[in-house]
This record gives sequence, structure tokens and C-alpha cells, in this order.
Amino acid sequence: MVQKKVKIIEKRNEVLGGLKKFGAQMYNQLDEGVFPTINMPSRGTDNIAYDATLRQYILGEKNVSRSARNIRHIKPFTQLAWAAMFSNELTSQRKTSTLRDVYYSAQAYDMTFTDQQESNNIITDLETLTGFAREDFHIFPEERSAIFGDLDIGYTVPGYEGKTLNLTSHPDGVLIGPALTSSELIHTRADKVIAIEKGALFTRFIEENVHNKHHALLISCGGQAPRQTRSFIRRLHDELNLPVYILTDGDPWGMHIAQVIISGSANAAHLRDLNTPDAVWSGVWASDIIEYKLPTDPLDEVDIKRLYELQKDPRYQTDPIWQKEIKLFLKIKRKAEQEAFSRYGLTYIVDEYLPTKLKN
Amino acid sequence: MHPTFFYRNRDIAGFTNPSRAIFAAIRELVENSLDAAESQKIPPEIYVRLSFEGEATKETQIYKLHVEDNGSGIQPRFIPSAFGQVLFGSKYKLKQTRGTFGLGGKMAVLYGQITTHQPAYVTSSTGQAKIYSFKLMMDIQRNRPIILDRKVMINKENWRGTIVEFTLEGDYLRAMPKILDYFKQTAMVNPYANLTFVDPKGRLYKFTRATSEMPEPPKETLPHPYGVDVELLQRLITVTNYTNMADFLTGHFHRVGPITALKFLIFSDLITFTCAEHGKIPSDQIKLVENRPVCPTCGKEAQSSSKNPKRLSHEEIVRLMQNLKKYKDFLPPDASCLSPLGEELLKAGVEKELSPEYLVVHQRKPSTYAGHPFIVEMAIAYGGGVPKRGSFVIYRFANKIPLLYDEASDVSYRVISAMNWRRYKVAPDMPIAIVIHICSTKVPYKTVGKEFIADRPEVRREEANALREVARQLQHFLSRQEHVHMEKKRLGIFGKYLPKIAQFSATLAGQERVPDVDKLLKSVQKYGAEES
Repeated sequence: MVQKKVKIIEKRNEVLGGLKKFGAQMYNQLDEGVFPTINMPSRGTDNIAYDATLRQYILGEKNVSRSARNIRHIKPFTQLAWAAMFSNELTSQRKTSTLRDVYYSAQAYDMTFTDQQESNNIITDLETLTGFAREDFHIFPEERSAIFGDLDIGYTVPGYEGKTLNLTSHPDGVLIGPALTSSELIHTRADKVIAIEKGALFTRFIEENVHNKHHALLISCGGQAPRQTRSFIRRLHDELNLPVYILTDGDPWGMHIAQVIISGSANAAHLRDLNTPDAVWSGVWASDIIEYKLPTDPLDEVDIKRLYELQKDPRYQTDPIWQKEIKLFLKIKRKAEQEAFSRYGLTYIVDEYLPTKLKN
Repeated sequence: MHPTFFYRNRDIAGFTNPSRAIFAAIRELVENSLDAAESQKIPPEIYVRLSFEGEATKETQIYKLHVEDNGSGIQPRFIPSAFGQVLFGSKYKLKQTRGTFGLGGKMAVLYGQITTHQPAYVTSSTGQAKIYSFKLMMDIQRNRPIILDRKVMINKENWRGTIVEFTLEGDYLRAMPKILDYFKQTAMVNPYANLTFVDPKGRLYKFTRATSEMPEPPKETLPHPYGVDVELLQRLITVTNYTNMADFLTGHFHRVGPITALKFLIFSDLITFTCAEHGKIPSDQIKLVENRPVCPTCGKEAQSSSKNPKRLSHEEIVRLMQNLKKYKDFLPPDASCLSPLGEELLKAGVEKELSPEYLVVHQRKPSTYAGHPFIVEMAIAYGGGVPKRGSFVIYRFANKIPLLYDEASDVSYRVISAMNWRRYKVAPDMPIAIVIHICSTKVPYKTVGKEFIADRPEVRREEANALREVARQLQHFLSRQEHVHMEKKRLGIFGKYLPKIAQFSATLAGQERVPDVDKLLKSVQKYGAEES
């Protein structure tokens, strides 16, 4: 437990060190009478490549240079310096902020962002430059995912230090927010993690006592899983050695929600540890639709187009299951939602489907 | 022209209605005054007072107009006829003046008499020992001045100038905007004049001179053969003392010497030659050797004789006029009879009345149309006091008088409209004023009202070239200004952000002292200066 606490403090010091290093670099350049200049990897599409070893997207060798000497760079450069200072403040004072909040906070320093997108880009720049995710700087998006299960956590946020919580305490689940993601993972009796695409099924699982029956920690992704949720899943896997299973709708979109948890996204190519390469997509597969005779809807044009895109995506070349299921979807031209199992009664998915899938 | 003619045709002389009449009266007298001062190269000092005398009709009032100048003054013996008698134009020489043969002033006084039946008072001195004062009326039927009173005063203070005072009927309220425009624009194109106007409400409008430099007064010149008409020819024939055509042409016309006259007379078959041995030689067989007429048979010099101009028949006069225009070898008129404002004075005038941010002026070289020399002067004023109207503000002048009516009919309006302004990066919504001045011994007015310039190809070409020249310079200014603006903006960006980077990095690095960015800011400034 002491070790884990040290780890979180270490991480914070690492982040603060990275920010300070950036500050010192600018400071020294200015002090020597030169225009501050920084180099960081380019996030252009031509510099993003899939790394089969890391099993995620990474940035290539190409660097971009930003100089305060350049009239077109100086404003974003200043914004970046401000964002670093602001993040430093948040992190050292252990306060949190949201992307929206960043946009408004800048105005207090007479640093205007044209729009939300511009301030988001600057935060992404800061991530690229330092190699830390914005959550490490205490900048979070709006939370919408939750976790439920037998896991004790120990808070590290100010005012809650030393307090612990068992994540079965609240039947709606516990929000995966800054307080949770900054907590230490103390103890769990669970032996697996089940990440669920939709909140409705998550609630059903809690009601049906899945966490006890299957010794599982349940996570509601709320659609495409937020970055902090993906990073938290990774921690559950790494720190507690738990296998991760993902349940989504049986369509290209659900399939990709699982894929992003497993292999990450191109947008986060500059970051590490947001994905869990060992996680497993457990369904709903196209073959499940056939096997379980699920009620279906036809695939529409957009679905089909998306399937062809995914077919070529490097992340879908790793495990043969992807190509197999894509082909099957294209063949049957049908899709099914998780709720489709309800045709066999409320508990069928928990009592029949889930055990079978987990066994595979 | 007989006064009864004016009485019946007041429209064409500018006295169309009570408001135009009051404007025309002021304008005619002010222009006479300006001419009178300028001919002596005296910076004009003109005082105009219009005072309310009483109601006339529902819409019109009786006003007393008082115009006082420091011009040349009028010799006492000419005063009654100058103001109390409408004469035929009595000039056989030409020079650039504002008025036409001084008719306008007489018209104004006559209009006053017709509408109010009151005498006019004229006081004048040429700066000599005495001042003469006349009380006059005009006998309209007999076209003769009636002297009601005459006073002579001792000129103790060596005053020189003329004061004219008379009453007239008019509508000042309606005329006011034009009259004020008139004074402002007159001040613009006469920057060496002091103009003072006191209106019937007692309001004082003062236009102070910006310089005492004056343009060279115009020299008098003879009419050019290309510019004559039958009427002028007839008048010249009436007054001439020459008894043959060769001398007549040489003596009364501009750029016509004995040789040109001889060649022209041969061209138009108005001369005969006789050889001492071979008798009469038809003019189409005469030979010219070293510009002397020679008998084609024996080669001896022939005697020439041309008609007495007074014996020309009407048909011959008409043919003479046509031949004068047809003959190609007259030298073009020279421009010494013109008195353009000059670039410096035009600049001073526009500067004074508009105080623009940028001003460019251009004077064209003299040109001619139909035997009349003319010069176009052009200015473009940008920004500053120039109003933003959504279209260019056009100030038109002819012989240093403003033209205030019928802008859209003027050739300059067409020239400005036809211009491809986008090429010059100029948009109509910019605050731009265009000033056009044409001066000529005979301004090509389209109508008798002296309001707008006719569309003559020569004039159009000169105006278009002048406009292109000033527009080109304006374009340079605008792009320079844009460059300066961009540079300022660029420096502003560095000035805004560099100190912030310094501050943020100091906080981030945990340093107390904020690094000094002045040197870096100077370096971008220096770089910027090199760029421009």
C-alpha cells in the first residue's frame, strides 16, 4: 500500500518536473536573449503509424518546431506557455479543471482562445510536448462512465486522504472521475473486469448480481470510453493483474468501442498507457447474432461503409477474430444491440450468454 | 446683348428662381472681385454681407447684398457703364477670367433693380487720391446708366478696391447650403484669398488664406484661328484698322505671322498675285520660294494683294471661318494666357479646407480643344477630414470657380465613373475626395449657366490621364499604409505576447525575476524597419 502511494506521488512529481523543465527551457532562452523555441513530434496524419509491438498508434520521427520568433507561432506558443503554467498550478495544488474551464480560465490572463477547439489543441500540444496525458495535469473532460464491484480504493485528493471506499457502496456505480482515477487500488476480490458499452446493461448486471456471480468489476463506458476510463482500465489490468472483457453492441460502432479500449486511437498517438492491448472483445459478435438467433436490424449504408474502413484499419489486422466478424457482418448485413438478448428473458444474458463467452 | 433680352431670358443666366438668383448674384460679384484682385497679383480680401430688408412674397424676401474687395478698382469714368449698361463683349483679346466679359455682375445688379426697383451703390478707387461713389440705376429700355448721385472723397488711407451694394429679391434659406458650399470650395481653389461672409442671421463665415503666394496672372492673348466663330470675325472686321486680309490675320490672331497668313490665304483663295511681266497669276499656280511668292513662268517675285476685310460679304466671312478651322498648319496656341493654380497652391487649398490624411495633386501639360488652350489640374484627398459617403466626393472647378450643379452631367463624372478603380485598390466606400480644376480661355461649358463641362474628347483624355496619375500615387500610399499597418500589427503581437511568455516561464520555472524581453522586442522592430 505504501508502495502504491509512493507511485502516485512519484507520478505527480514526474509531471511537475516535466512542466518545470519546459518552463526553465523558455526562461533560459529568454534570459540569453534568444527567442524561445521548442521541438515536439508532429501530430500530422503522415506522422502517425500503428506500432504492432506496442499494439497502439504512435507518432513517427517527424518533429515540428515552434518559435516565438515566428509571427504565426507566437500566439499558440504563448498559449502553450500559459497552459503549462496553469497545469502546473492545478497539479501542484491538486485542483482539477475541465477543458471548458481551461478555455475560460485563460481569459483571466488576457489570453484569449478563439474557440474551444483552439484551447483543446493547445492542451494536446502540451501532452505531446511533455508526454503526459491532460488528466495527469488535472484537466479532465466531463465524466460519464462508472465502475461497480468489489474493489477498495484509497483517495489521494485533498480532504479525502486516508479515506477508503469499496466500489460496491453505491448501486448506481461510482463515477470514474479525477478523485477515483487518482486513487490507489488497495484490494479486490474480483478476478476480471467487464467493460460494458451502455449504462442500461451495466445497471442490469448490477441488479443481476453479476459482480458476485462472476467475481467481476463492472465498468460502464457510456459509449466511446473516455480517456481517463481507458487509462483506469489499463491500471486495473496492470496493477491488479485482472483480465478485461468488453461487451458492446453487435455493429461496427460497438466493435470499434472495444477496439479503442484495446488498441487506442490515432488522436492519442502521442500518449502511452491509455490502451489495454490484452483486453478481449467478447461480443456481441456477428456470429453471436446467428448462433443466438438475435432479433436484428439491417445494416444501413453508413454501417457498411464503416465496416469497409475498419477492414483496412491496421488495428483490425492483429487478431483474426476482427476480420472474421467484419466479413460475417458484411455477409448477413444485420446488426443487433446488447438488449436483443432480452427476447430470451431478463436474465438470459447473465445466466447463459455471459458464462459461455467468458469461458471462450 | 440688350437688357430686355436678359429680362426675358433670366433662366439661362442663372437667375432661374429666388434661391438660384441669390446664389448667382453673390457668385458673380465675388468672382468679379477675385478677378480684380488677381489681375494685380494682390491676395484677395473679400467681404460679403447679405442682410434682411423685408418680406417680399410668401416665399421670398428682400435682401441687401454688399460685396467689398481690395481689387484693382475701377476708373471713375467707367463705373456707370460697368454696372449700369449691358454691353456687347468689348474684348478682342483673350485671357483666362472667371466671369465672361464681366456680364455676370451687371446681370446681378439688373436682377436687383428688376425685383426691387432700388438703385445700386458703387464705390471704388484705384488707389489714387480720390474715392468715387455712384448711385446708379439702369434705363432698361435704352440700355443706359442713370446716375442718380455722384460723390468724390479724399482717399486718405490709400484705399483701393470696389464696393457694390444693391437690393434684390430672393430666398436665402433655401440657397444657404449652396452658398456655404460655394464659399468653402472657392476658398479651396483660391487658398491665397481671405473670404468673409455675414449672412442675414448675422452668422459669420470666415475663410482665411493659407498662403500669400499667387499664381502668375494670365497674359492677354489674341484669339486662335481654330477658335473663332462668325460673330467674332464680324466684330473684328468692324473694329479693324487693317486694310488687307494678310495684315488682318497677322494683327488679330494668335500664332499667325506673315508667312502663315500668306499660306492660309493661298489655301483659302483669298489672295491674288501679279507678275510684272506675265500679269495676273491664279493663286493655285503661284510658287513659293523661301516663303516668297514667285511667278511660275519667269521665277521673279510676284506682287500679292488681298481683299480689304471690310469688303468681305457675309458668305465670304462664313467661308473664311470654315477655312480657318480646316487649315491644318496653324501652330497650336500657347498657354501663357492661362493661369492655372499650380500644384503647390492646389495642395495648400485642399489641405486647408479638407485637412486630409493624404493628398496628391497633379497638373497636366497644356492642351487645346478647338483652338482654345486648357490645363487640367487634379487632386485626390484621402482620409482625415474627407467625409465617407459611400461614393467619392467630387469638387469641380473651372477657372478657379466652383461648379455646384449638375455633377452627373459633367465630363469629369463620366471620367471618374469609367475608371477601373479596383486596379488602384480603391473602393467607393473609402473617404476620398477628387478635385478637378480645368482652366481655359474658353471653358467648354455645356450650357450658358456655367454649371458643367461638356464631354469633349480632348478634355476627357486630359482628365482621364490626370486622374490615372493621382490614382496611381494614391494606390502607392494605400499599399504603403497597409504595409505600415501590418507592421504595426506585427510588432503589436510581439509586444503583447513576449512579456507574457517571460512571465509564464518565470512562474513555471519558479524564478522570481522575469526575463527582460526589451532586447528581443527591439530586434523584431529593427527587422521590421528593414523590411519596409
